[in-house]
Amino acid sequence: MSLGPYTSFIVTSYTLVAAVVLILIVWIALDYRGQKERLRELEAGGIARRSGRGAADF
Amino acid sequence: MALIDLANPTRFLNAAARVLPWLAAVTALVFAIGLYLVWFTAPDDYQQGATVKIMFIHVPNAWLSMGVWTVMSIASIGTLVWRHPLADVAAKAAAPIGAAFTFLALVTGSLWGRPMWGTYWEWDARLTSVLVLFLMYLGLIALWRAVEDPSRAARAAAVLTLVGAINIPIIKFSVDWWNTLHQGASVLRIGGPTMDRAFLIPLLVMAVAFSLLFITLHLAAMRNEILRRRVRSLQMLQARAFSGESLPRTGSGVGTGSRAENASKQQSGAA
Repeated sequence: MSLGPYTSFIVTSYTLVAAVVLILIVWIALDYRGQKERLRELEAGGIARRSGRGAADF
Repeated sequence: MALIDLANPTRFLNAAARVLPWLAAVTALVFAIGLYLVWFTAPDDYQQGATVKIMFIHVPNAWLSMGVWTVMSIASIGTLVWRHPLADVAAKAAAPIGAAFTFLALVTGSLWGRPMWGTYWEWDARLTSVLVLFLMYLGLIALWRAVEDPSRAARAAAVLTLVGAINIPIIKFSVDWWNTLHQGASVLRIGGPTMDRAFLIPLLVMAVAFSLLFITLHLAAMRNEILRRRVRSLQMLQARAFSGESLPRTGSGVGTGSRAENASKQQSGAA
């Protein structure tokens, strides 16, 4: 497939979009793991929620 | 389950856990269809050649940059009028995603502009107003991070978001109100799209794909924010326990850390 004289502009655009979307996905996934881990540690230390349910059970 | 039931953070978390895998799968599928249409069926433009392919990622990101701020504005009304904790959460979680879409709209526009206009940047009304939008997103993120109490940050951020919403119609109509290098609207316009179906259909499929991506990421980020507030509440309880205050009994302690919840605690304390 030939993209003509401006191939670098097209490829850079798509690569950049893919990279930013990937960074967003990884950032949100890592944040989720981190928050769940902190909740588990706190609950293991005897701190309880009002409902009595585990806050990390989601 | 009625939609209003999702306004409860715990029910929201349960619903998000069920919906997110399906939503992610549908998003990936629509992206696959969109990218196939873009790279294997959409023709080159008779003037722009293959450079027109940048349009299929630039335009959806530009639409979402405005759409996400609109979502945040609606959530801000929920914060200021109803003081609902999920409204705070929705607005805060959307900001980094909106900033990313705006950044991509600016950069892909710049990369499209260099070969077509002969310049990466021009201080015209459309480009400048989108840059202002990007800076407002960054300012909002900074504000959320600067104020430790989420409920206090939420009110300030909601006011800033609603004031900033004035920029959305300015961006949309900038190409009509001023003489700009950026082209006028060719899809979302009175009288219908002027674009040929060969370009319009892949563009709309990509727009749906990016919109689904936003919904997926937003739900996941909202889930994270609710958990973050629960961590904060538990840490405050833990700090109180260390400082010698009695811990509440199991079954009497931690919610979302919302303003409504704090106000109710203060009222019960005063009584």
